[in-house]
Amino acid sequence: MQAEEYDKVRVEIKGIAYEGTLMPSQTDSIVLKLKNGYNIGIKHEFATITLLEKKDETNKLKDTVSAEKRKNEKLPRISILSTGGTIASKIDYRTGAVTSQFSAEDILLAIPELEEIANYNCRMIYSILSENMRPSYWVELARAVYEEIKNGAEGIIITHGTDTMMYTATALSFMIETPVPVVLVGSQRSADRPSSDNAMNAICAAVVATSDIAEVCVVMHGGTSDEFCHIHRGTKVRKMHTSRRDAFQSINSKPIGRIEYPSREIKMLSSYVKRGEKKLALHDRIEPKCALIKYATGASNESLLFHVGSGYKGIVLEGTGLGHVSTEWIPLIKTATDAGIPVILTSQCINGRVCDRVYDTGRDILKAGAIEGEDMLPEVALVKLMWALGESKDIEKVNNTMRANIAGEITRSTCL
Amino acid sequence: MSHDYRALGLKAGLEIHQQLDTKEKLFCGCPTLLRDTKESNFEFFRYLRPTQSEMGVVDRAALEEVKLTKRFIYKAYDTTCLVENDEEPPRELNQEAVDCSIMIARLLNMNIVDELYTMRKIVIDGSNTSGFQRTGLVATHGHLESSHGNVGIDVLCLEEEAAQKVEDRGDSVVYSLDRLGIPLVEIGTAPDIVSPEHAREVAEKLGMILRSTGKVKRGLGTIRQDINISIAEGARVEIKGVQDLSLIETIVEREAARQVALAGIKKELNSRNAAVSNKIHDVTKVFSNTSSKVIQKSLKGGVVYAINLPGFAGFAGKEIQPGRRLGTEFSDRAKKSGVGGIFHTDELPNYGITDDEVDALRKAVGAKDGDCAVMVADTKERAKGALEAVVIRAREALVCIPEETRRALPDGNSAYMRPLPGAARMYPETDVPPVEITGERIRNTKLPELIEQRIERYVRDFKLNGEMAGQIARSANFILFENIMHSVPRASATIVVRTLETTLYELNKEGVPSGNINEGHLIQLFRLHSEGKVPNEAIGEVLKIIACKPESGVDSALRELGIGGSTGGLESIIDKIVESRMDFIREKGMNSVGPLMGVVMKDMRGKVSGQEVSRLLKEKISKKLDTIK
Ligand SMILES: [Zn+2]
Repeated sequence: MQAEEYDKVRVEIKGIAYEGTLMPSQTDSIVLKLKNGYNIGIKHEFATITLLEKKDETNKLKDTVSAEKRKNEKLPRISILSTGGTIASKIDYRTGAVTSQFSAEDILLAIPELEEIANYNCRMIYSILSENMRPSYWVELARAVYEEIKNGAEGIIITHGTDTMMYTATALSFMIETPVPVVLVGSQRSADRPSSDNAMNAICAAVVATSDIAEVCVVMHGGTSDEFCHIHRGTKVRKMHTSRRDAFQSINSKPIGRIEYPSREIKMLSSYVKRGEKKLALHDRIEPKCALIKYATGASNESLLFHVGSGYKGIVLEGTGLGHVSTEWIPLIKTATDAGIPVILTSQCINGRVCDRVYDTGRDILKAGAIEGEDMLPEVALVKLMWALGESKDIEKVNNTMRANIAGEITRSTCL
Repeated sequence: MSHDYRALGLKAGLEIHQQLDTKEKLFCGCPTLLRDTKESNFEFFRYLRPTQSEMGVVDRAALEEVKLTKRFIYKAYDTTCLVENDEEPPRELNQEAVDCSIMIARLLNMNIVDELYTMRKIVIDGSNTSGFQRTGLVATHGHLESSHGNVGIDVLCLEEEAAQKVEDRGDSVVYSLDRLGIPLVEIGTAPDIVSPEHAREVAEKLGMILRSTGKVKRGLGTIRQDINISIAEGARVEIKGVQDLSLIETIVEREAARQVALAGIKKELNSRNAAVSNKIHDVTKVFSNTSSKVIQKSLKGGVVYAINLPGFAGFAGKEIQPGRRLGTEFSDRAKKSGVGGIFHTDELPNYGITDDEVDALRKAVGAKDGDCAVMVADTKERAKGALEAVVIRAREALVCIPEETRRALPDGNSAYMRPLPGAARMYPETDVPPVEITGERIRNTKLPELIEQRIERYVRDFKLNGEMAGQIARSANFILFENIMHSVPRASATIVVRTLETTLYELNKEGVPSGNINEGHLIQLFRLHSEGKVPNEAIGEVLKIIACKPESGVDSALRELGIGGSTGGLESIIDKIVESRMDFIREKGMNSVGPLMGVVMKDMRGKVSGQEVSRLLKEKISKKLDTIK
């Protein structure tokens, strides 16, 4: 019989025999997991493989603790919606395989503390890598959130890959008016490692989901230590580091609050919308054909020309400093706005507010019909523009929406 | 105690962990530099939690660790980075460390894998910020020749060193990140070692081979050995953390003795129908008026709990290693619950506990003659945990010798650490791509001369005695030594070795910046010395000056001391002395050389070499004597 993956085999080569489990291989070598747990790679050419034992299909250990049984009627009802970000993993040390866990049972098994906070209902919305997220998925997700709240969920937790979490948080901020907390959470270090930030982030997210902060927010580590998580407003948060646990930071505003760990005590740092203040509403139309264009020194205006000429419905410019692009770009901005394409100016400084009234270039940009993005993050301006164009096709209405604060994305006074 | 180890069926294997002296760490660009914790510029803390596993077998070690919820505090430095902090994915595997592993594998006649896979081995004691140690299997199927035939070398792994534990505060542990990530080779022998002396021989030979590469770190803590030991009627026990090679023999002896003693105790206990009751009695009342200080202290908010071990009388107090009893093993296990220790009736009355209290204790737990009561005073939770652990250990005493991991103690004994780890909890490190090791790379690895071969060569080529040859062959200065001998073939090897190994070391200890002395200085100095221009006694003084003013060179140092240069000054002094002692010379003839040597050296000691004085005196006196004839 031919040996297949995960069968026990003996591999002999040049008079030396290795015994172990045949593993999937990415190259043309044989990968063997030895009894001592190590994987080794063996070049094919002269090796002979003898099947020792077929893989054991029956011995999958399954802990059967039903989430139903664990329910405590006194605790609030929380829905966990999964989009591909992992908050719990399981490792099969026989094969080295890591699997993400999505059922309430499995999540509670991995993070038993969650049981003390709420009862959970889990729904997998989709399973994608965060970088493959698309605006159409926001719509699907917003509808799921709406349904869950309508069906009585007292808080929502959305597990999300961290790369594009801030875009999704922004989209939901505009698409949902929520009477309950809607919390996005993820992990910067994979859930299969004992040091992962997944459990602490998930526990803090559950605390926020059961709190009276009725906003779309992101809950992630506030420092490199396992000391506290920050609660970031969905429209003010940005991933500011590729790998650190505290990559997520509130920009141009203070976080809403922080949750101490492991005490789970919430400290508020700024004002917020309280539970029940808003009525549940869904605004799920989106115009995805919008672009975010970064201006860099010497960048030709061709990219702007391309977008204007290719049917784009709205454009966000990420300009320099206070919100500038080369004067060569200004006539094209005029062309765009004349054609009914809103153009929003933001700054690549990320921190601070756009002000196009200080220098001539800025004043000319405004004259050409562009709108100042105020203290909005460029990505937030983009998502907001998609949403505003979904709500209305009229450039004046869209421009007014872009100037107004809808979901905490624009503040009246810039924070220190 | 001496045993016939063959008859006992002694089997032992060694596991050696040796740090490599690479420029960078295994998975990041940080230097492999140990720091003083006072230099730490950043501190953070984490918790670790075990990841769920689908493994069918419950891992005992993992379970025990899960019970502890500790805060791990890490000290970072300006020589550590986000990789050590577990805040950034690892970089690619350090190729210098791979080359070094290949070299060692070849010296141990091993078969090197075609592809090296980095794995994650779960370790949640906090010593790795990630919660796992990265490790890869480099080679298998090797052997080492020994006086008892070949000893198999089963595995050679390349792995990252763990963080150094700085302080254990009970509910938190402080680790220093400087050591985390230093490359380490782990070499495991087959259980082919047959006696304590054999264990020592194998350990020494492995150490010699490792040092021969010139690529390993030296000094305390850079090499650690674990020993697996079992006897036929015993069990596999792993003794961890032996830092002193000279202790290996004693450790094997004492573990064999321990297993023999435990096997004996098991037989006797069974013949007495001994049993273990797991009923825990609250005997706090018995001690409510105790004068025992230890118990008084624990009773503040605490309790005294006790169990009865029927048929155990005399056995808890029975010695199984010098100074360690079965009761000590109970106590080791109990301490894992956080208690300070236990008392058993084999050692009572004592510690302020009176005869009456012992009687009352025995009565309270229902202990008859021949029974042994074990008690502990602490908080309810700890006391209960402690006695439960004692019950487990006592049960084991009836049926088997427990397989366990033990910690080497400085006297060669060992104490309980944790159960033997189960099957390795390992899975691939997906952040590090596998490394292909081609036949060409293996063939191109230059093998170093082994230290034992080097010693032979030094004895043969430089006429050094065995001791000095060994000293310099083992030293990191051996290349410097060879370069000097090559440049100055007439140099005295003995003086060169003494200078490199003793004089420089002593200067350094005095605070002289001996690091400023370079190879060029030494070659010039030994050239002048071989020409008789620098006396032996002056070498230290010359080096001291060079160290302080390295740029002005050897000549200037000699001038400063008034030695070397031309021998003109010396000749005129000798001429004067010869002139003034002509009567003496006439009387003694050539025999006057010795006494006159003394006269000249009185003035010139440290400035000229005795050899040179003697040569000049002989020359001048014989000339004088010739003219007299
Ligand atoms: Zn580093």
